Amino acid sequence: MTSTTTSGSAAAGTVVPEVTFIIDDVEVSVPKGTLVIRAAEQIGIQIPRFCDHPLLKPAGACRQCLVEVAMPDREGNLRPMPKPQASCTLEASPGMVVHTQRTSAVADKAQHGVMELLLINHPLDCPTCDKGGECPLQNQAMSNGRATSRFVDVKRTFAKPLAISTEILLDRERCILCQRCTRFSNEIAGDQFIDLQMRGARQQIGRFDPAVLGFDGGGELPLFVGADEDGNPLTRAEGMRTAAEAPERPVGPAALDESGHPFASYFSGNTVQICPVGALTGASYRFRSRPFDLRSTPSVAEHDSNGSAIRIDHRRGVVMRRLAGDDPVVNEEWLTDKDRFAFTWQTAPDRLATPLLRDLGEDGAPGELREASWAEALTVAAEGLAAARDGAGVGVLPGGRLTVEDAYAYAKLARTALGTNDVDHRARPHSAEEASFLGHAVAGHGIDVTFADLERSAVLLVGLEPEDEGGVIFLRLRKGVLAGRTRVFSVAPFASRGLARVSATLLPAAPGTEPEVLDAIGDASDPDLAAAAEALNGGVVLVGERLATVPGALSAVLRLARRLGARLAWVPRRAGERGSVEVGTLPGLLPGGRPVSDGAARTELAAVWGVEKLPSTPGRDLTGILTAAAAGDLRALVVGGVDPADLPDPDLALRALDRAFVVSLEVRASAVTERADVVLPVAPPAEKPGTFWTWEARPRPFAQALTSTALPDHRVLHALAGRLGTDLGLGSLTEVHTELGGLAAWSGARAEAPHVAYPEPPAPGEGQAVLATWHTLLDAGRCQDGEGFLAGTAPRPVARVSAELAARIGVGDGDPVTVSTEHGGITLPAVVTAMPDGVVWLPVASPGSAVRTTLRVDAGAVVGVAAATTDGEQA
Amino acid sequence: MATTLTPVLSKHWDAKSSWTLDAYRATGGYQALTTALATDPADLITAVKESGLRGRGGAGFPTGMKWGFLPAPDGGPRYLVVNADESEPGTCKDIPLMMATPHELLEGVIITSYAIGCHHAFIYLRGEVVHVYRRLLQAVQEAYDAGLLGQDVAGSGFQLDVTVHAGAGAYICGEETALLDSLEGRRGQPRLKPPFPAVEGLYSRPTVVNNVESIASVPSIVRYGADWFRSMGTERSTGFGLFSLSGHVQRPGQYEAPLGITLRELLDMAGGIREGHELKFWTPGGSSTPLFTAEHLDVPLDYESVGAAGSMLGTRALQIFDDSVCVVRAITRWAEFYKHESCGKCTPCREGTYWLVQVLQRIEAGKGTHEDLDTLMDVCDNILGRAFCALGDGATSTITSGLKLFREEFEAHLNGGCPFDPAAAALFEYASGSATGGAGTVGA
Repeated sequence: MTSTTTSGSAAAGTVVPEVTFIIDDVEVSVPKGTLVIRAAEQIGIQIPRFCDHPLLKPAGACRQCLVEVAMPDREGNLRPMPKPQASCTLEASPGMVVHTQRTSAVADKAQHGVMELLLINHPLDCPTCDKGGECPLQNQAMSNGRATSRFVDVKRTFAKPLAISTEILLDRERCILCQRCTRFSNEIAGDQFIDLQMRGARQQIGRFDPAVLGFDGGGELPLFVGADEDGNPLTRAEGMRTAAEAPERPVGPAALDESGHPFASYFSGNTVQICPVGALTGASYRFRSRPFDLRSTPSVAEHDSNGSAIRIDHRRGVVMRRLAGDDPVVNEEWLTDKDRFAFTWQTAPDRLATPLLRDLGEDGAPGELREASWAEALTVAAEGLAAARDGAGVGVLPGGRLTVEDAYAYAKLARTALGTNDVDHRARPHSAEEASFLGHAVAGHGIDVTFADLERSAVLLVGLEPEDEGGVIFLRLRKGVLAGRTRVFSVAPFASRGLARVSATLLPAAPGTEPEVLDAIGDASDPDLAAAAEALNGGVVLVGERLATVPGALSAVLRLARRLGARLAWVPRRAGERGSVEVGTLPGLLPGGRPVSDGAARTELAAVWGVEKLPSTPGRDLTGILTAAAAGDLRALVVGGVDPADLPDPDLALRALDRAFVVSLEVRASAVTERADVVLPVAPPAEKPGTFWTWEARPRPFAQALTSTALPDHRVLHALAGRLGTDLGLGSLTEVHTELGGLAAWSGARAEAPHVAYPEPPAPGEGQAVLATWHTLLDAGRCQDGEGFLAGTAPRPVARVSAELAARIGVGDGDPVTVSTEHGGITLPAVVTAMPDGVVWLPVASPGSAVRTTLRVDAGAVVGVAAATTDGEQA
Repeated sequence: MATTLTPVLSKHWDAKSSWTLDAYRATGGYQALTTALATDPADLITAVKESGLRGRGGAGFPTGMKWGFLPAPDGGPRYLVVNADESEPGTCKDIPLMMATPHELLEGVIITSYAIGCHHAFIYLRGEVVHVYRRLLQAVQEAYDAGLLGQDVAGSGFQLDVTVHAGAGAYICGEETALLDSLEGRRGQPRLKPPFPAVEGLYSRPTVVNNVESIASVPSIVRYGADWFRSMGTERSTGFGLFSLSGHVQRPGQYEAPLGITLRELLDMAGGIREGHELKFWTPGGSSTPLFTAEHLDVPLDYESVGAAGSMLGTRALQIFDDSVCVVRAITRWAEFYKHESCGKCTPCREGTYWLVQVLQRIEAGKGTHEDLDTLMDVCDNILGRAFCALGDGATSTITSGLKLFREEFEAHLNGGCPFDPAAAALFEYASGSATGGAGTVGA
């Protein structure tokens, strides 16, 4: 369990006075403010409990943890308290004498009594309950309950299970009303979509459903009806009624949100994990396995740069579910729904199992892919790459999802076996300014800002939507804000619901104007800008990856951090990006932040790598590589986990892939596979060991969860390099770690800081707007494939339109609006949003909103905006 | 020496249009306010402490001491909240008081607010009593119009606003912290204590929560002095109180008398038990207090004596049951009330009342067993003192005391059901078939 008191006191740097008292005749000293139930844990005494949770505020609701207590009065005489006390709400005080069930018949009887009462309305359906075998109610009923019940009357029953969302199911009969789920939702996530309703024995958790509360118009409760063999909900694609099909609901904050779902929380899965009974279950795991049949492997989540600790539960080689691990330093005990539920992508039907080769047809045109042996595939790949290397050259695109070990192998392969600096892992919009920024301010800097810092410093978010791009960051900020230790500022076009829940002060910026706003922080004429400068002195600036799309923004961030004395951290979305920056999969960066342009750095590294010299020509970035490949100036590409749709210009990417000789290292077949000449299958995270780096630069090593023949990228690259005549020396994890560990820290100069002036912001004309866009946590990304229950909780894609613009083009909330460029248009329901005039926002890659593929532009571009007719045509 | 009635609060209930400001003033109303506003607030608190006034809402906590718990002023708001959520079965004193002389309460509210430094007081009223709600709203409006509320109370410069809030009819909202949550617009469930309302009450600010009768007693203490107040009642239960007699008495109603009066004396004033019947059992303080019988007719009705006799003075709601009444039936009805009103927050009250009702209904219907009687006692034992708030304890009082006093009557039900005729106990035309809520019903 998390020790809240010690971490809290350490954070404040103050000494908390100790309190000495007695539990079961054992003297114990704890910091003042410690609850009796926590103090008992410290000396190994387990008091049964349900509502108590170390990360939630005390509730005292279940009454299971009753103990007998005596307190000294003013004269020091011990006075027994007349009633047993809930040890989960009682703070230890000096001289207190506590008797738990181990030494007090009164406490023991009280606990047995409460347990019997908890069970009278419980269905006792343990044999068919997902929680059976790992259930605190079941376990504690055995340890602290009666063997038989005296209850012979009629149990309260409910229809079940209720679908709170497509992903979260509620069996109200099993619920013991401990309120852990509602307290989590209120206190931690800030998503108050479920709460208690009704009272007495009919009290139940619910989502303010009019059918439960008896309001007029309340329709049938949506009951979960199961899933088909592929795990897809049976009723419909999303498993539930859409907003349009749902009956009229009473107006109010608990009604449907913009996503059309009542429990559209990114953190809803945590309620399942902390439920001490089987009342809340996950639809995707329901009736799939028993806990005692599962094997658990601690691991690290692969979906963002937070590196959340997870526990992978698998059975006979199949991952059944993932739970939050307990890591006070990173994710405490919480997890985003994406990290929890999105794992089926690793075993999707399009998973690549064997190497594939594309033979040339008789006419010399590319033929179909066929299965091949590793030996043949590696040979063909090496021949093709060698020819290109000795000719126009090879480009390397590793992608942003790699472990440090795999990324390092790409970096080394490019510089040694392929003799090029044309390597860039950034499979997303990027810029030369960003490359300089990463080389100057990120690579080789080690841990500076930590998760814990976010709870106790003022934080400025620039181009970062914490709830969507880093759920744990969001939770840490919220925790700090609620405790009054953090204040959050955000440079963004609008205050999202996530920003509102961290009480962020919005410093509004239309896309493209961020540098201007950053430079204006401290402007005494604007109270928010002035307050930001004051608060951020010694604070933290968190920079999101999309700032690469704004010329001059990262230069302005560096200026700002220097000016305010604030610490800086860069928060990429993907799990592999921070580690990749560190190990040098950038065209201008070698491992450890060594600039390619620095001769001493190259020499030092060449010695470690045992090669004569390293290429000195700075490489091309991703767009440069693709442009060159499309033009025939690069003849071959080595491509890792890259989805062309994520790239700044997906069309350019496809043309480049079509033209070049492509060696693809992929887990699943993709648009790259369709154009690859050699496909080498690699292992997904569950099937390999490795290390992700958090945005903090904290290494997050994880073990291989499943036995597998699939190879990690570094082993494939090692073999490939061998065929190219280079011993990469990275054939095993040990070799990689030995080599990485042997790399001395770079003591030379870092890359120059970028100094990019910002251009005039774009000026949209009549019927035009500036595009703002970023990824929502749950969208159409390939790493969420195969998880329909999760997809049902994704926010509904909408187009946010500034109020003035909406008025000019005549659209209101819910009206279809079309955002277009010369390449195409995206039509979504409008949500009129308070933001700078002339701005329209779209999700980057949600269903029906593939911005880069459809519009072929990114944030900051001028796009057309118009009301759409119902069939999607522009009016 | 027989105790006599001491009408103070109820003295002018029969005056013409007693609820109007004019009628109240005609009987000396708001004179105490004039005195109070010329007095140092600390002296007012001292006077109430010296009077020995104890909370009239049931628990009997000394009112002046409660006020004294407020932390020193810090410049922020502090609140007075009057608990007018009178919902206990049998209790019917605050509602007639507010109905007849709402200004009596208002004067107390103004004096108390002045004494504790409150500038916004709230009266949280049980929502079902719409007629009382109208009277209170009307009285508050009259007081504003007369300059007794608002920016300059009676020309003193003291500023006070009063809000009358109607609850939505939940027994739990009579629990002071649940009342505060409800008043804040939240679900009415009791809060964890500490912090106590005096430190963090309404909107997390220092708050005094007092019963209607307590606050309405304050003007008389200011007007006639603490010594006058102490001259009535007993040494530790000073003053007077409204005793509400209901049930099988000739003249039910509110009898205002010094604490320490006995039921025998009250019954004499009320014309005795129903003609031709004997007293069987009674509640001294409402349905949350253990039952008394004819043995207890001479127990002085003060906090200490009633406590020593094994019950609680509570709200002085004397429900009188004569020998026509089936005790099992009465207790089952009360248990059904507690089950219906359990807020659901804690396990013992929520599940325990659900269970007790089913067992009691079975016993009443003649389907009980001897084990059921033991189970009833033990379930009550597992609720009493284990629930989150005192309301869970209250649910067990009549059951445990009833079982102790009338075990044979329970046992008589075990074979063949209730030996009583409900019609004989009814004080109204009794239609058979409207009998018990029906043994075996669940989930209602």
